[in-house]
Amino acid sequence: MAWLVVRLAISLSLLYTASAVFEDQVGKFDWREQFVGKVRFALFDTHSQASKKLLVATDKNVFASLNSRTGDLFWRHVDKTGPEGHIDALLMYGQDAVVVVGNGRLLRSWETTVGGLKWEAVLDTGSFQAAALIGVQDFVKYVAVLKKSAISLHDLSSGSQIWVENLPDSDTVQYQTIYSGGNGLVFVLGFVPSSHIVIVEYKIEDGEIMKKKSVEAAWMSSLENSCAVISSGNLLCVDQITQSLYTLPLQSAEPTEMRTIHLQTLDLEVASGFQPVLTSTQPNPAQPPLAEFFLQLSPDHHILLQLKDDLIAPLRDFNPSYLAAFATSGEKTFAAVMTPKNDTACTINLFSADTGRRHLDTTIIYHMDPNGGKPNRLYVHAFLKKDDSVGYRVMVQTEDLTLTFLQQPGRVVWMREEALADVVTMEMVDLPLTGTQAELEGEFGKKADGLLPMVLKRLSSQFILLQAWMAHLWKLFYDARKPRSSVKNEVTIDTLSRDEFNLQKMMVMVTASGKLFGIDSKSGTVLWKQYLEDIQPNSIFKLIVQRTTAHFPHPPQCTLLIKNQDTGLGSLYVFNPIFGKKSHISVPALPRPVLQTLLLPVIDQDYAKVLLLIDDQYKVTAFPSTKNVLQQLQDTASSIFFYLVDSSQGKLSGFRLRMDLSTELIWEVVIPTEVQKIVAVKGKRANEHVHSQGRVMGDRSVLYKYLNPNLLAVITESTDIHQERSFVGIFLIDGVTGRIVHEAVQRKARGPVHFVHSENWLVYVYWNSKFRRNEFSVLELFEGAELYNSTVFSSLDRPHPPQVLQQSYIFPAPISTLEATLTEKGITSRHLLVGLPSGNILSLPKMFLDPRRPEMISEQSREENLIPYAPEMPIRTEWFINYNQTVSRVRGIYTAPSGLESTCLVVVYGLDIYQTRVFPSKQFDVLKDDYDYVLISSVLFGLFFATMISKRLAEVKLLNRAWR
Amino acid sequence: MSTKRGLSLILSVLSTITLLWTQFGECNNGRRLGDAVETDFSGFSVPLEHSFEIDDVPRFRLRGALQFRGGRENGVYLAQNQLSEKDRSAMKDVAAVDGLYRVRVPRVSLQVDRQTERQSEGYITGFVRACSLVESHLSDVITLHTDVSGNVIGISIVTIPGSCRGIEVEDEVDLEVFNTTISVVAPVTAPVPETAPYIERMEQEMEKKGKNPQEQKSFFAKYWMYIVPLVLFLMMSGAQDQSGGGAGGGAGNGGGR
Repeated sequence: MAWLVVRLAISLSLLYTASAVFEDQVGKFDWREQFVGKVRFALFDTHSQASKKLLVATDKNVFASLNSRTGDLFWRHVDKTGPEGHIDALLMYGQDAVVVVGNGRLLRSWETTVGGLKWEAVLDTGSFQAAALIGVQDFVKYVAVLKKSAISLHDLSSGSQIWVENLPDSDTVQYQTIYSGGNGLVFVLGFVPSSHIVIVEYKIEDGEIMKKKSVEAAWMSSLENSCAVISSGNLLCVDQITQSLYTLPLQSAEPTEMRTIHLQTLDLEVASGFQPVLTSTQPNPAQPPLAEFFLQLSPDHHILLQLKDDLIAPLRDFNPSYLAAFATSGEKTFAAVMTPKNDTACTINLFSADTGRRHLDTTIIYHMDPNGGKPNRLYVHAFLKKDDSVGYRVMVQTEDLTLTFLQQPGRVVWMREEALADVVTMEMVDLPLTGTQAELEGEFGKKADGLLPMVLKRLSSQFILLQAWMAHLWKLFYDARKPRSSVKNEVTIDTLSRDEFNLQKMMVMVTASGKLFGIDSKSGTVLWKQYLEDIQPNSIFKLIVQRTTAHFPHPPQCTLLIKNQDTGLGSLYVFNPIFGKKSHISVPALPRPVLQTLLLPVIDQDYAKVLLLIDDQYKVTAFPSTKNVLQQLQDTASSIFFYLVDSSQGKLSGFRLRMDLSTELIWEVVIPTEVQKIVAVKGKRANEHVHSQGRVMGDRSVLYKYLNPNLLAVITESTDIHQERSFVGIFLIDGVTGRIVHEAVQRKARGPVHFVHSENWLVYVYWNSKFRRNEFSVLELFEGAELYNSTVFSSLDRPHPPQVLQQSYIFPAPISTLEATLTEKGITSRHLLVGLPSGNILSLPKMFLDPRRPEMISEQSREENLIPYAPEMPIRTEWFINYNQTVSRVRGIYTAPSGLESTCLVVVYGLDIYQTRVFPSKQFDVLKDDYDYVLISSVLFGLFFATMISKRLAEVKLLNRAWR
Repeated sequence: MSTKRGLSLILSVLSTITLLWTQFGECNNGRRLGDAVETDFSGFSVPLEHSFEIDDVPRFRLRGALQFRGGRENGVYLAQNQLSEKDRSAMKDVAAVDGLYRVRVPRVSLQVDRQTERQSEGYITGFVRACSLVESHLSDVITLHTDVSGNVIGISIVTIPGSCRGIEVEDEVDLEVFNTTISVVAPVTAPVPETAPYIERMEQEMEKKGKNPQEQKSFFAKYWMYIVPLVLFLMMSGAQDQSGGGAGGGAGNGGGR
C-alpha cells in the first residue's frame, strides 16, 4: 500500500509539473538564430552555375554551408572546441570539400550538397604546415598534407594514404609550402631563416625524391606570407628590407641564384613597417598558376603585376585600395578591387586579370556602417551570364565580424552578424512607453505650477489620449479588412514600445569582439549595433543597467565596464540601451586597475543608480559623482560594505566605505591556496524577490527561510586532483561581516562546478570522481521555527547561525550551464534551467531539488507535497524548453521577469541564441488562446437577465400575497 | 502544542545530525586527516587580539590566549584578562560613535604535525559593532573556522543579543569580564546521493508485498471499481470538449458547449 502511495504521489507530482510545447505553439514565443563565428576560409561553389552554396570554416571550429541567396544555413558541423577541433585548411574540388582538422590530426572529406561525411583519415602526429590539392594530367586526384617533418599524399576519392615521406633535414629547415603544377611532381618549399631556401621535388606516384636543392636567400624571414608560386613554377618572393622582388624557376636544372628585381626599377616602394603581401591564384590545381599576381605595398595600396618572359611588368596600380581578390569563372580569371569612394562608401570593381582592364558596368557600391568596423576580407564569386558578359557577387567581412553579401549594383542581399556567436554578457531592458503613456507620465513628473496650467495640461493630455485611441481604433478597423498574414508589422526602432504585459524587451548583448547589439526579444531582430574600436581581444566586460526605462523623461542608461585582462585598466562606455546611442555624460577616468564594481541603490537627482568602482589602492570612484551623490554617499558611508576576492592568494576581504570615499579593511578570510583554490564567488541577484518568508510544514507550523541578501557562495576546488582525495569546497560567507555561515566539503568530487545561488538555497553540480558521474547537490538555509527579527534583515544583527539542510542527487547527463527562473514577484515556483552539451535546455522543477524530500513517506510529508527521495534525478524530454531547437555550445542562460507573474523570459546564448518564455507554474494568470469569450459573456448576460426577471416575478408574487 | 513539539523534535534531530557531521565528518573520510585523530594536541596556544579605537584605525592588543588541548575541535579554551578601567571607558566611547570592535588571530594550522612548518604569516580578522558588545555585557560567541586540513581560515564574532538599541550600560562591572563562548568548526561533509538506503527501501517494499497475499493482486484487480467510473467520466468529459488542449492549466474551458 505504501508503495502504491509513493507511486501515486510521484505520478501526481509529475502530472503537476509536466509541461511541454504544443505543436501549434512552435515558434510562437520563441526564436533561434544560428551563427558560425569569424570566417577564416570561405569558398564559393563554382562547380555549377546555379549553385547557391558558400562553404565557410570559422575560428569557432565550425564548418558550414550557407545559402548565398539568403544567408541561411544549409548545414553546419560544430567540431570540438579548442585546438582539437581547429580547422587548419579548407580545400574544395567539385562536390567535395577537404578539411584538415586539429593541427593536422584528421583529414576529412565532406559531400557539399547535404553535408555528409565521405571519408575521414587519421594522420600521423606533427604540426600542420600546409595542404594542397594535387592534379595529374588535368585531373585532381590527390590531396597532399605537409607536416613539420613529413609529407603525405592521400587519394581524394577514398582518403587512403598513397605514400608518406620524411622530409630531409626537418630539424633545421622549416618547410612551409607545397606546390604542384599538374606535371607529376610535388614541390615542398622550406627555408632556413636568414640563410637559404630548400626545394625538394617528389614524384607523385611513389614519393621518391627526384631532386633536392638549396638556394641562397640571406634576407628570408618567412616563406608563407612573402612568397608565392606563379606562372608555371616560378617562385616569387618579396622582401621589405631590401625593397626587392626575387624570382626563381623551381624546375631549373642547376641550382642558381635568385634573380633580384629592385622595386625601385618598377617605381614601387613598400610602406615602412609594412610586411608586403603577395597574392597569386591557381584556378585549377592541375594547371600551373597564372602569371598575374597582386602585391600589397601598404594597408591601402595594391598593385596588379604580371610575370612575362622573366620580366615583371605592372598591369594596373590601385592606389588607394583596401582589398583585392581573384575570382575565376570558367576559363577566365578576374580581379576584384575595393577602393574607397568617400568616408562612408567604397566601390568594388572587376578587372580582367590578364590585362588589368576594367569591365564595364561592374561597380558595386559598398556602404560602410558608421557604427561598424572596417572591411578586412573580400570574397568574390564571379560568373558568366548568358550573353557571355561577366557578373559577380561579393562577400565582405568587416573587423566587427559582419558578413555582407552584395550584388550589382550594390544591393545588400543579406547580412550576418557573426559577432553574436560569441556573446559575453547581456542584460534585458524594458522598452520605453508609447508617446501617449509618456505624456501622461510626464504630467505627474512635472512640478506643479498653479491650478489653471495643471487643468490645461490635464485636458491636453486627455485630448492626446483620445486622439491616440481613435487612431488605434482606425488601425484596428483598417487591419481587420486585410488578410491576417499581411498585418504582421515589422519592428523598427521607431515603433518600439512596451506591450501590455512587458513581454517584449530589449536584449542588450555584449560580444567578445567588442560589438554591442540591441535585439528585440520578441522577434530576434537586431535593432541597433555599435562597434567599439580598440578593444583588446581578451578584455573582460561587465554590463550594468544604471537607469531603467521607468524614469521618464530621463532616458535609460547602461554602462559597460571594459577591463583589460593583462593590465587591469578599465574604461567606461555609457550608452542608451534602447537606441544604442553613446551618452554624452562625462565619464570618470580610471587611471588605476579596477578590482570591483558595486551598484548601489542610491540614486542621484536624475534617477541613475550610483556605481562605485574600487581600484587596486582601495580608493573608490563614484559614477555619477555629482554633489548630490557625494552627499548621499557621505550620509550612508558607514552602511556601505563591499568585498574583494583574490583567488591567487585565496583571500577574501571585506571593506567599509569611509566618509571621504576611502575604505577600511574590516574582515579577512584566507583559504590557503596549498589546499584549495577559489574558483567562483557568487552573490544573489539584486532584482530577485522572495514572496514567502517561510515554508508551511505538514503540521501547520512554519519553517522560516534564512534570507540573507548579503550571502556569498564561494566554491573551491582542491589542488590535489587524485580521485580519492580531491574535493569541492562550499563556503557560504556573509559579505558584510565576513562570517562563515556554512562550510562544507564534497569529498571525491571535482569541477567544473556550476551553481545557482538564490533565495535561501544553493544548487551546485560537480563531477563525482569516484563513481564517475555528475551529481546535483542542494543546500537550503532556514532560521528555524522563529524569526530573529521579522521586520528587517541586518547582517550585523543575526547572531544565530542558520540550520542547513542538504541533499544530493545523481544527474544522468553532463551539464554546460545552470540558471534559475526569475519572476516579477517571486510567487511562481522556481525551476532550474540546465543547459546540456547536447544543446537542450532542461527546465527542472526546484521541487525535485529539495533537501526535505523524505526517505520514508509520512502523513506530514504528503501534506507538504514533498516528493519521496529518489537518488536519481529524472530527465524528461517534455521538460526540454527548446524542443528540437538545440543551442550549440551553451555558454550562458539569462533569465528576466516579465510583467506577468507566471512568465519568465529566457535567453540562451552560446554559438546560437535562443529566446523563449517559460511558465514554471503554468499560465495561471493568462486566459487560454481559445478561451470562449462568447460563452462566458452569454452566460453572464443570461444570469443577469434571469435575476432581473426573477426579481420582478418575486416582487409581483409578494404584492399578490400582500393583497391576499 | 504537539505540532510545535514535533517540529522541534525534527529540528533537534537535524541539528544533532549536523553536529555529528561536524564531529566525525573528518574521521570517515580524508585519509590525510585520519592520522590527525590519533595525534595528541599536546597543547599550544595562539594569541587572540582585539582592537577598539575611537578613530577606527586598528591597533591590536592582546585580549587572551586560545589554548588548543588534545582531542578534536572542541578542545579549545580561551584564557583572557579582564578589561581595565581605561579599556572599559574606551569601549563605551567607541560604542557611542558606532565604532567597530575587531578581533584577529594569526593564520595557524591546528594540527600539531603542521606546527613546525607553520610559515603562513598574516592574520584572520573579524569584527562586531562595539555598541552591541557593550549592550550584551560582553557576551560574545567566537567561532574559528578551519578548512579540511585544519588551517584556520576565518573568525567570526557575534554577540547575543546582537542589536544596538542604545541602552545605557550603567554598571561598569558589566564590562569587566568577557562571557565568551568559543568553538572551532570544521567543514561538514556534504552528503552524496543515497542509493543504498533507497534500494533497501525498495526491496523492503517488494518483500512486504510478497508476504501479503492480498496485496499481490494487480493494481487493476484491486481498484477496478474506482478506475472504471473515472475512465468513463474522463471519456465523457473528453468527448465534450475536444479542444481542451491549448496551454493547459489556467482557467477552465467554461463548461461544455
